[in-house]
Amino acid sequence: MLTVELTKKWMELFYAQIDQEKAYLSELDTPIGDGDHGNNMKRGVDGVKDSLAKLKDPTLKETLRTIAMALISKVGGASGPLYGTAFLEMAKKCDESQEPAILFAAALEGIKKRGGAKEGDKTMVDVWAPTVKALTDGSFGTEQIKQAVASTKEMIARKGRASYLGERSVGHLDPGAMSSGYLFETFIAAGGVK
Amino acid sequence: MTKKIGIVIVSHVPEIAAGIPRLLEQVAADVALTFAGGTDAGEVGTSATKIVTAFEQNEAAELLAFYDLGSAKMNLELAIEMSDKKVHLYDTALLEGAYTAATLLQADVPLTEIEKQLAPLKIK
Ligand SMILES: Nc1ncnc2c1ncn2[C@@H]1O[C@H](COP(=O)(O)OP(=O)(O)O)[C@@H](O)[C@H]1O
Ligand SMILES: [Mg+2]
Repeated sequence: MLTVELTKKWMELFYAQIDQEKAYLSELDTPIGDGDHGNNMKRGVDGVKDSLAKLKDPTLKETLRTIAMALISKVGGASGPLYGTAFLEMAKKCDESQEPAILFAAALEGIKKRGGAKEGDKTMVDVWAPTVKALTDGSFGTEQIKQAVASTKEMIARKGRASYLGERSVGHLDPGAMSSGYLFETFIAAGGVK
Repeated sequence: MTKKIGIVIVSHVPEIAAGIPRLLEQVAADVALTFAGGTDAGEVGTSATKIVTAFEQNEAAELLAFYDLGSAKMNLELAIEMSDKKVHLYDTALLEGAYTAATLLQADVPLTEIEKQLAPLKIK
């Protein structure tokens, strides 16, 4: 069950992870992008931290919406509207269910709609899609997430900046897949799934 | 007199977003042109909030929007969801698409005809 408490803890851990891996994320974005993914995400989580701190007794919906708006307005790169849409869709869904599998599935649909990427296009979708599936069949976990991130290495990019490189994108991990991996790993670390 | 339909330019770079309207003005003196370039901090990127502002600053109630790269499109779509204006989004080459639309709007060509001329310029 996703709660306000859990979401806050999750965002704290995600913040710490992004802060720690900022240089690495930008490094991943260098051969197949414009080298800014770490900086983009750092701006995003800074915004999330600031705006969550301003909330007083928020509902889960307000909390998720606030995260979404911070990411939309602060990130700057493609990952901003994508992560923003993901949290916006969770906010829309959370009255109906607080089940992670259901919320993340709604988020995934939002990401796919916003960016038009399918599985195998070498984007964050390649972490979100198998992870949503794993949440349903019980195989969700750190190992499963790491595998999903690693699977992007051999893919040919078909969406986003890396797609301009075509086959030359093979052999590199997708930066957005890696940051999505952090998002799910910190969800586990926050106690999101027992 | 200002035309009923305006144009909005969205680019990752503030100077590109500001520069294209300068070129369009030459052929479309009566078309309302606004733009959004860069992030809120003025860095390279796009911002849905800046795009909403560009929609609102545009005198026209109906807008044709042109953008440079894929992530600008995502923020444009988010901005469209946040705004009350009627916005049409085109996947054409940014400069050629916007220039074509500006020229035709100035000549009072109807939108359906404009869209026919934009179709072959679609590249994304
Ligand atoms: N259309 C898309 N659909 C899904 N994910 C995408 C898309 N475009 C880009 N991404 C994700 O965003 C990441 C890049 O984010 P970032 O570097 O912050 O933005 P930008 O590419 O604008 O510089 C990619 O690694 C990829 O995972
Ligand atoms: Mg980038």
